[in-house]
Amino acid sequence: MTRAILLAAASGIALTGAVYADAHSGKSITVVSWGGAYTKSQVEAYHKPWIEQTGNKIVSEDYNGGLAEIKAQVEAGNVTWDIVDVELSDAVRACDEGLAEELDMSALPDGADGTPAAEDFIAGTLDVPCAVPTIVWSTIFAYDKEKMEDGPTTMADFFDTEKFPGKRGLRKSPKANLEMALIADGVAADEVYDVLGTDEGVDRAFAKLDSIKDDVVWWEAGAQPPQLLADGEVAMTTAYNGRIFNAVAAEDKPFEIVWDGQIWDLDLWIIPKGAPNKEAAMDFLKFSTGTQALADQASWISYGPTRKSSSPLVGSYDGKPDLKMGPQMPTAPDNFKNALQNDFEFWADNQDELNERFNAWLAS
Amino acid sequence: MTDASYQTAPLPGAPSDASGALLAADGTPLKQRLRQAMKVSRRRAFLLVAPLLVFILASFVVPIVALLLYQGAYNDTYEARMPASTALLQQWDGVSEPTEEMAAAMVADLAAARESKEIGKVASRVNQELSGTRSLMTKTARRAAKMEPPYLAALIDRDKDWADIETWGAMKLASTSLTPAFYANAIDMKYMPDGSFEDQEEQRQIYVSLFVRTLLVSGGVMIACIFLGFPVAYLIAHLPARKANLLIILVLLPFWTSLLVRTTAWIAMLQSQGVLNDMLVFLGVTSDDSRFSLIYNMTGTVVAMTHILLPFMILPIYSVMKAIPPSHVRAAKSLGATDWTAFWRVYFPATIPGIGAGGLLVFILAIGYYITPALVGGSDGQLISNAIAYHMQRSLNYSLAAALGGILLLGVLVLYWLYDRIVGIDNMKLG
Repeated sequence: MTRAILLAAASGIALTGAVYADAHSGKSITVVSWGGAYTKSQVEAYHKPWIEQTGNKIVSEDYNGGLAEIKAQVEAGNVTWDIVDVELSDAVRACDEGLAEELDMSALPDGADGTPAAEDFIAGTLDVPCAVPTIVWSTIFAYDKEKMEDGPTTMADFFDTEKFPGKRGLRKSPKANLEMALIADGVAADEVYDVLGTDEGVDRAFAKLDSIKDDVVWWEAGAQPPQLLADGEVAMTTAYNGRIFNAVAAEDKPFEIVWDGQIWDLDLWIIPKGAPNKEAAMDFLKFSTGTQALADQASWISYGPTRKSSSPLVGSYDGKPDLKMGPQMPTAPDNFKNALQNDFEFWADNQDELNERFNAWLAS
Repeated sequence: MTDASYQTAPLPGAPSDASGALLAADGTPLKQRLRQAMKVSRRRAFLLVAPLLVFILASFVVPIVALLLYQGAYNDTYEARMPASTALLQQWDGVSEPTEEMAAAMVADLAAARESKEIGKVASRVNQELSGTRSLMTKTARRAAKMEPPYLAALIDRDKDWADIETWGAMKLASTSLTPAFYANAIDMKYMPDGSFEDQEEQRQIYVSLFVRTLLVSGGVMIACIFLGFPVAYLIAHLPARKANLLIILVLLPFWTSLLVRTTAWIAMLQSQGVLNDMLVFLGVTSDDSRFSLIYNMTGTVVAMTHILLPFMILPIYSVMKAIPPSHVRAAKSLGATDWTAFWRVYFPATIPGIGAGGLLVFILAIGYYITPALVGGSDGQLISNAIAYHMQRSLNYSLAAALGGILLLGVLVLYWLYDRIVGIDNMKLG
């Protein structure tokens, strides 16, 4: 009896061992991203062609940003994620704190037009030694043009509740809000962080936010602002440009984006330190940051490709030939006139303090 | 029964030795045999509960003591990676000018930390003490290997912030591994480099008010649950079994539904274009432009939390009411009590154990509530657990999160103690 049990147990262990080994020889990688329309664009443009080309498998997981999970996995020595889509500030921090593998940038493929990768990526976006950028995204504000015919056109209008009455949606975080407040208060985009670096500048930004505080509905997840707008809960709201675009293109919502004072940022791939399938992940990374993959992604969501060689290849929105994607990008010349890049260095230095102050301000 | 009773009162006819002690069948003293038997059964009992004990130790006691309380007071990120400067900073008084020796140790440590790619962790730790020092350290570390004496001048040349005593003070604070700084921060105080405590700048004071608000909201939700839950429980307890079962299912149904779904349902109900506001506008109670803000504020948090926690109040009260013999109230009435007196003097006191149990359950669950306030709290409906989550997930300041959690735990224990003193924990009945 005991022998039989032992035998059964042993064969069970051998069996699970075999399944386990099979899963790994077939090279399955875990790709982690933000979910929703954004992950869908990656699945269509990166995952499917890569799976077809290499025969490998991809397990797609969603997360909510931040480094908490990666830090926990790396510190516990039990890394299950192979490649993660992160914001620039998190990429820098992950690299600084040894949570991400350093990558060999010379291994990145040349652009489709032959430009070496180092020159093909938008200047300054390849500076983090652990991360390769994929998209330019932007925090903008949007309104429902059916409810507001002569809609707002500038950042100052967003803060002007007399001219444009109604509730405002803002992300419950000091990030982007303080910058937008200063731009609305008349600070030029390229001076925003100089002003914000001083105590008076921070006071000024909070004073501007204070002027609309009673009218603000705070959101946290990227999916909320289009919903707030659709429900008529707010007259205008800040949002990630891709989410508003998705509501317009896929759900035919009458939303209009105001690009003035947009704050743009990057999303990048990082490979957590000690990722189980590092080589396959690197192969996926190289594939997905190639000219064609980045251009393809832009036909699913309105986030700009980080390679210059991708821009000419960006076509129309999937299933709607009339909806050209070029003018929807944050980096399109018409949209990029008064734009500010999110300064990760500033936020890495000041986010603890500004966040406490922001929360204290919220509660007061 | 004590051992002595065996010796002083032997059973008549039982075998005993010369001193009169009782003997077992095999001739050993009965006392000894009994002790052996007791030992075996005690060991067996211990072995039976051992897995649970190990589980509780490993998953509850150790994490709470070691991780929560200890991590809130101990953080050796700096000391472990910057040993030379730590030694000197610890001797420094925190107010006099930094010395050349300190600068030399700092430069050497920075160069080594950059070499081992650990500088980011150290810089983040120092930045928790003084905003802006993160970039100062990473920037200086990039050059540190090439710096030449005099080092203090070389540091100041790299960035003038090194001339600032405050910068060195932040280093000293970060290099103190066993520190009250996080607990001080968690109660809106600042631990200063010279060892004193100061109030946090007024604009940054947030945690004490969050603690107070959390207690008030939890108390408010508990009271609302008592007032809403008691009549429901009374109704269920006094209906015929068939109808009562149906009502119990109605109570349990939302209980089994996902927390997120119930919270989102309240958003649909209460938002300004939501069901309730639409109905009020339709009935003419309010005009279309002045709809009520019922969600994304404290009202929304209290309403949603009360609804979600209500079953935890109804069920204990119901089970206690079910056990109250109906004859008590009948007896009271037959002795001349009015309906109200019979209820208030006889029935109600018997339900106190259920109210106590439900109240404690609801209160303690409410104190740790996190998802509901995050979703419907807006700006003024946030609770302390949201701040803890922020530090665990976003700022990655585990020590501050641990300190906040430690204080919350302490607060709950004090309240539990008070409850025991006032109501008595033995008085509690869960079912």
